[in-house]
Amino acid sequence: MLLLDNISLELETDQGKVPILHDVSLNMDAGKMYALTGPNGSGKSSVARVAMGIYKQTSGKVFYNGEDISELNISERARRGIGYAFQHPPRFKGMPVKDMLEMAMKHADGVNCQVLRDIGLCPEDYLERTLDNSLSGGEIKRIEIATILAQNPKVRIFDEPEAGIDLWSFEQLIDVIGSSHREDTVTVVISHQEKILNMVDEIVLIKDGTVNMRGDRDTIWPQIKESAECSCRSNCRLEGEIYADCPR
Amino acid sequence: MLTALDKKLLQEVADLHGEPPGAFNIRKDGKGIERRSLEGIEIIPKKDQPGIDVIVAPGKKGTVHIPVIMTETDLSDLVYNKIDVGREADINLVAGCGIHNPGSGNTRHDGVHEIIVRQGARLIYTEKHFGEGDKEGKRLLNPKTVLVIEEGGYAELELVQIRGVDQTKRVTEAEVKAGGRLVIYERLLTDGEQTADSDVLVKLMAEESTARIVSRSVAQGSSKQNFYPRLLAYGAGRGHVECDSIIMDQATVRSVPEIWAENSEAELVHEAAIGKIAGEQLIKLMALGLTDEEAEEAIISGFLK
Ligand SMILES: Nc1ncnc2c1ncn2[C@@H]1O[C@H](COP(=O)(O)OP(=O)(O)O)[C@@H](O)[C@H]1O
Ligand SMILES: [Mg+2]
Repeated sequence: MLLLDNISLELETDQGKVPILHDVSLNMDAGKMYALTGPNGSGKSSVARVAMGIYKQTSGKVFYNGEDISELNISERARRGIGYAFQHPPRFKGMPVKDMLEMAMKHADGVNCQVLRDIGLCPEDYLERTLDNSLSGGEIKRIEIATILAQNPKVRIFDEPEAGIDLWSFEQLIDVIGSSHREDTVTVVISHQEKILNMVDEIVLIKDGTVNMRGDRDTIWPQIKESAECSCRSNCRLEGEIYADCPR
Repeated sequence: MLTALDKKLLQEVADLHGEPPGAFNIRKDGKGIERRSLEGIEIIPKKDQPGIDVIVAPGKKGTVHIPVIMTETDLSDLVYNKIDVGREADINLVAGCGIHNPGSGNTRHDGVHEIIVRQGARLIYTEKHFGEGDKEGKRLLNPKTVLVIEEGGYAELELVQIRGVDQTKRVTEAEVKAGGRLVIYERLLTDGEQTADSDVLVKLMAEESTARIVSRSVAQGSSKQNFYPRLLAYGAGRGHVECDSIIMDQATVRSVPEIWAENSEAELVHEAAIGKIAGEQLIKLMALGLTDEEAEEAIISGFLK
């Protein structure tokens, strides 16, 4: 359904052009759930942003249901059926949650508030709230997820949906992502959470801008855990450190 | 009799459909054309000057509409209104001015409002500006509002100018006495060659007086905007100025907030920002299927809400 074919990406930075992704190829089939995992900065969000058309690959192609969509812009891809829940959703002064949901539902069928309830937000409390700094990070994040549920795209990419969300809502989040997944949908979750990795069919490990490992969850997950050798553990200069955990 | 154009202008500036509820005064092309007083809300034409006195009796609750419309070209109208909101009264007052300039001369309205909100009274004041016309004639609007909020009074000013006014110079001066509260919401959009200047001077005179000025603007085309919000605390008051502008195209925005305290218990804050629409905001809305123009429109209309 979604195919990233040999994607390489360079981005312009203060230091000039920086390579971000190298020869990333990923094929994602309808009806399946995928997890993208890997260290911070490895390129997971960049993969999602290339799929959405936010970043333009330097080489390679993106296909959606066999159609080459490499040259389509963000809104055209959204209208085809690709959706992306941002890792860091922007804030909007003055814009009510209600308007955001209505815009998301414009190209979907049916309007309802259930998406808010599903993610643990009471419509009565949140519909009129504005998407500015008066909402906490966790609230913004949950509204972002509700927006994608409202948009109801065929390809759904959730970028670290659990970040900033409390434990109770986390359970709800897993439920709602799982139960809204359908046979004609691709669901991609970028995450480090074992609970999320447990619910997917396939896991893709992104490292240093490439696909390092991929396969069935049951085969891959034990290998990833084993290979997650953490170099940070040995390099502490504080005296008397008694316990070291991998920060990744 | 009101024409269809009059009705349209009244709807734009005062959200009126048909005759206003409550007390009202409609001024058209320099003359008062319709007026209704109510018990406790007297509207009296001034004898020595153009304009009206609106006198609200103590404790009175109600709505007052005093819109101005102008439909002729090459016309200048200057008006002095006085609004006296009696003790403990609670009034919703809708002013505003709509200009339809059909010709090539300038049409201009200068409105001077003197407002007193007496002890414990509450006033919600809405002033919308609107302009239209397809000839070269300009639409000019220069409101001046001088406000006194007495002890324990509350006033909220909503000053909105969204489109069609070529030139505006707005002056707002307020004195807030002990326990008085003032909130000013300003919303402004300019486009083309339009210019807008807004000077706000708020004086916090005594303890427990508070003021909040929230100004949001969007400058498009080659338009120019200047903001001078000033907040002075003579007494132990608290105040907050927030000026936030979106700048686009070849526009110019200048924002000069000033805070000034003469009392060690005073607390004043100002924040001012000018910037373009954030790229991530556009991207977010486009990722929901909006085109870039639709995304821009949605961001601006939310911002000016
Ligand atoms: N817009 C950008 N400009 C410059 N560098 C970027 C940009 N987006 C991402 N990067 C860099 O690309 C690398 C991968 O980032 P990202 O895809 O966000 O990683 P992940 O999501 O796995 O944490 C990082 O080194 C990051 O700093
Ligand atoms: Mg990321």
